[in-house]
Amino acid sequence: MKFKIKIWRQKNAKAKGEFVIYDIDNISSDTSFLEMLDILNDKLISEGKEPVAFDHDCREGICGMCSLFINGEAHGPDTQITTCQLHMRKFKDGATITVEPWRSAGFPVIKDLVVNRGAFDKILQAGGFVSVNTGGAQDANIIAISKKDSDESMDAAACVGCGACVATCKNGSAMLFVAARVSSLAKLPQGKVEGSQRAKAMVAKMDELGFGACTNTGACQAECPKSISISHIARLNREFLTAKLRD
Amino acid sequence: MSERLISKIPEGVLAEKWTKHKAAIKVVSPANKRKLEIIVVGTGLGGASAAATLGELGYNVKIFCISDSPRRAHSIAAQGGINAAKNYQNDNDSVWRLFYDTIKGGDYRAREANVYRLAEVSNGIIDQCVAQGVPFARDYGGQLDNRSFGGAQVSRTFYARGQTGQQLLLGAYASLNRQIAKGNVKSFPRHEMLDLVLVNGKARGIIARNLVTGEIERHGAHAVVLATGGYGNVYFLSTNAMNSNGSAAIQCYRKGAFFGNPCFAQIHPTCIPKHGDQQSKLTLMSESLRNDGRIWVPKKLEDVRRLKEGSLKASQIPESERDYYLERRYPAFGNLVPRDVASRAAKERCDAGYGVNNTGLAVFLDFSLAIQRLGKNIIEQRYGNLFQMYEKITDVNPYEEPMMIYPAIHYTMGGLWVDYNLMTTVNGLYAIGEANFSDHGGNRLGASALMQGLADGYFILPYTIGDYLSAEIQTPKIDTKTPEFDEAENAVREKLNKLMTIKGKRTVDSIHKELGNIMWEYVGMARNAEGLKTAIAAIEKLRNEFWNDVYVPGTTAEFNQELEKALKLADNFEVARLIAIDAQNRVESCGGHLREEMQTEDGEAKRDDEKFMYVSAWEYKDENTLPELHKEPLKYEFVKVATRNYKD
Repeated sequence: MKFKIKIWRQKNAKAKGEFVIYDIDNISSDTSFLEMLDILNDKLISEGKEPVAFDHDCREGICGMCSLFINGEAHGPDTQITTCQLHMRKFKDGATITVEPWRSAGFPVIKDLVVNRGAFDKILQAGGFVSVNTGGAQDANIIAISKKDSDESMDAAACVGCGACVATCKNGSAMLFVAARVSSLAKLPQGKVEGSQRAKAMVAKMDELGFGACTNTGACQAECPKSISISHIARLNREFLTAKLRD
Repeated sequence: MSERLISKIPEGVLAEKWTKHKAAIKVVSPANKRKLEIIVVGTGLGGASAAATLGELGYNVKIFCISDSPRRAHSIAAQGGINAAKNYQNDNDSVWRLFYDTIKGGDYRAREANVYRLAEVSNGIIDQCVAQGVPFARDYGGQLDNRSFGGAQVSRTFYARGQTGQQLLLGAYASLNRQIAKGNVKSFPRHEMLDLVLVNGKARGIIARNLVTGEIERHGAHAVVLATGGYGNVYFLSTNAMNSNGSAAIQCYRKGAFFGNPCFAQIHPTCIPKHGDQQSKLTLMSESLRNDGRIWVPKKLEDVRRLKEGSLKASQIPESERDYYLERRYPAFGNLVPRDVASRAAKERCDAGYGVNNTGLAVFLDFSLAIQRLGKNIIEQRYGNLFQMYEKITDVNPYEEPMMIYPAIHYTMGGLWVDYNLMTTVNGLYAIGEANFSDHGGNRLGASALMQGLADGYFILPYTIGDYLSAEIQTPKIDTKTPEFDEAENAVREKLNKLMTIKGKRTVDSIHKELGNIMWEYVGMARNAEGLKTAIAAIEKLRNEFWNDVYVPGTTAEFNQELEKALKLADNFEVARLIAIDAQNRVESCGGHLREEMQTEDGEAKRDDEKFMYVSAWEYKDENTLPELHKEPLKYEFVKVATRNYKD
């Protein structure tokens, strides 16, 4: 297969970026999208040009390191996958493919397609944990947890922290990311104790870091590679309101 | 025993060793902990759990990771589960049985005392993780659920769907975040360790590169903990993440840390087969699938031919024409034999011409019987995300046609040699998790990597490091403006400049692929004297080519992913050489290491306990001199050493 790849190039955080178009040929339909970029980079390096910088690591959809807006969609046209699991068979032979970094005030560009998602760490540091030290935990089976609650907690915990929700949201809100963590812990007795306090602290940090407000468009849910439901945002709001009423 | 290898295994009864050792080692008072600094490199299960726990104890901890967040570490990709001897299923499991299975699974090449301790602390890990809010799978009564893994006849594996590693890492990462917020841990993401700094023979810090700006930084500490995982990426194609690497371990090896059992690399039997030359990595299909999936190839070569030409589908081959070769050869364990055994059996069938895809390098993993017995819903609940992943990659629906799988490099049992305290042969340098060699012998059992990483990080290192640091309470904050740091930094700068000035014709990836091919061909699933000789010569030749003809674009003073890859590849040559030299020395078949010269008549691996019942620990000399072998004899006082038997 062959393609025209229209890619955002930006030397560093301060430089002005621009789209550059590259031609690429002899791509197998079984090749993954990131392998296609590997091949493009190999070609660029052989021509003495700078390769395209992009984040990636596990290449099996779980580490959350890869990103990319492909043809206007976070993680590309396929559903329920991250970019590393996208394959070239999903594109038409000869097509032009547009590739951009996550664009959001919360995620400044480092280089080309690489952005800084350090804000996510900071939000979790504000309260995305259960305050328990190592050692002294009671037997794991002492508190029974219903399968339903445990499953719902796991649904939310599947978030890989990639940032597709923020990049997709027209307000650049991190609500789905925050809600996933808050909801996952709130569904379990171990996390329930600090539930509302956690919600308040994480939302405050999210606001402080420049992420926008949620206006319930649901775009985040549609683009989430792990199909995290916006029903978790409702739970976050409940926890948040409880905290506010206590103030 | 080499006098340089003092394992510090406590005397006495096996079950009391760890308790007695804990009572005997020194502790550091809270007031003194505040004065001590510890560097932890790597933030996977081992590094994150260790850093969080050390922070809770009151030490000043600095963590370094190459990704943009500690949560990206490759532990996150572990799918199947984590073992513990809880005996919640009442199937007669116990600490002893978990210990015994692990020793036997490791083909009698691990230390009894270490493995027993691992089994002993396993239950506490599950308690700890549940307390952190890890959503393990539960049954309808609200109790924790278990599944079975290879090499065991009990169900002791705890899991969170097919994302157990992710959930455990998010638990450890959350604890770490709590310590970062409290100021006990300082986080350095997008930083790569480029050298270890020794002062008067003690590990006192590291040289790191800020991957965003390219700045070279000095960081001092009273002790350094290496938690940087394994070195499987030397094979280019593996199930490891693209950025996983053995560089930090090799830097420590060059600075005097002995490297243990490098030839023990695990080849995982159930990975999605290679599709072609454009492939960058291989994807694992969890071992948990072998709970319900059955592995087979056709009995008739004619059927194989028709499968390849596409005139026959696997689902059309009748039951009587299928060779469930694991069930045939190993009736007692069947599809749940350990990984090394399953991988070799797949290779044997493919070598005989029964491989089911176009490359001839694939076997079937079939769920049709399980779907008939349990219904599609149950199978979807158990393995839904794995089935989805398989379909996205291969474009084949595994509910309708069996999966195709083939073995691939997955994990490295070898690593830095450590004593019972997890300290390497360099004072003050510790290695935990996959980065050390200690607990899995020649082969690791499934669901035991997560167990070991967290055992080391939560429960072992935080105690044993205190014994060393108790003698350091008078040592002031480590000054990094010293000749030792100057020298290490200069050496790093020189290496970077050298890489940038070669300006040759070859890309880093093209050389890495070539190295991977050499390794897979000669130092892969089957090894022999002749092939290993060829490999060692080829590795040296390629190393020379790299240093003369590689092209690294850009500069050192910027975000430069090609430079990162080049630095890792430079160290990979040393890893590759070590694996091959160790494989050459070990003329026996043992765990993941198969020497073709050493097989029984029916094709089983043949160990040589007379000559090789030892840990090989290699001491670095220099690039042009062979490393020196030190031997740590393994003594089995509590289990009877036997030929592994999974047949009856």
